[in-house]
Amino acid sequence: MSVEAAKLIGAGLAVIGLAGVGVGIGNVFSAFITSVARNPAAQATVFPFTMLGFALVEAIALFALLIAFLILFG
Amino acid sequence: MASPLQQFEIKTIASAHVGGVNISFTNSSLFMLIAITAITAFLVIGVRKRAMVPGRLQSLAELSYEFIAGLVRDNVGHAGRAYFPFIFTLFMFILFCNTIGLIPYTFTVTSHIIVTFALAAVVFIGVTIIGIARHRMKWFSYFFPPGAPLYMAPLLVPIEVLSYLARPVTLSLRLFANMMAGHTMLKVFAGFVIALGLFGVAPLVILIALYMLELIVAVLQAFVFTILTCLYLHDALHLH
Repeated sequence: MSVEAAKLIGAGLAVIGLAGVGVGIGNVFSAFITSVARNPAAQATVFPFTMLGFALVEAIALFALLIAFLILFG
Repeated sequence: MASPLQQFEIKTIASAHVGGVNISFTNSSLFMLIAITAITAFLVIGVRKRAMVPGRLQSLAELSYEFIAGLVRDNVGHAGRAYFPFIFTLFMFILFCNTIGLIPYTFTVTSHIIVTFALAAVVFIGVTIIGIARHRMKWFSYFFPPGAPLYMAPLLVPIEVLSYLARPVTLSLRLFANMMAGHTMLKVFAGFVIALGLFGVAPLVILIALYMLELIVAVLQAFVFTILTCLYLHDALHLH
């Protein structure tokens, strides 16, 4: 197998991790919506943590993307 | 047609070499200067009127101060007041660098790993030194969480140390990857708009939505960098 083909396959495999990220982001916002639905007064308190949680999970997505790019172009 | 990655090229504006070290004034330095000038102008002119009932600009300046002050108060506590100027500077610098980079034909300072790594390294080294200076040798007890059974130590401590050492890496990588990936996507879709001609309306609509997302991401990433700095500072000051 040529190096080029292996690189392409490797990059494709690397982005499989984004499935977990999708689940994670869904979890974060599902918890936010549920908590605000139960207690609307908590929205202002909970919102910053929601944004923090979203950004932290998104960071994992970008790490996976970075590995894919490193494999593809490194 | 230009490559989408061409926007990240460093172009020298005024060349300067000191003993083999390249300290030229580049487009990166220029936009850092522009960001700092914009922040200073925003804050100085914003509070110049000192009105009791603030106008729009003064309101914005006071809002940004209050936002970070509240962040530091909630996440670092009373002991963190001394570090407020640093955290405020950090937040405003990253925020302005991110958002100025969204204007067409500008350069995004934070889209280079060396810039974000420098910021993250300052935070990491600073927080570690603050922790050790405040707690001396007791600072190392941070890696063994209270209430954990002693036989878990050989497994727990290396994992804790590793995740502590990963902090500057994840902090810098998060900001860098968000900025670089976002801007590259914008350029790629812009290329589609030109390439499709009349049917370019479809990628144009997606481009507008993407631009809105990038604006949100620019502000959000500045906020996340700052709040994580506050949380690390809290850990260093209070050891848990």
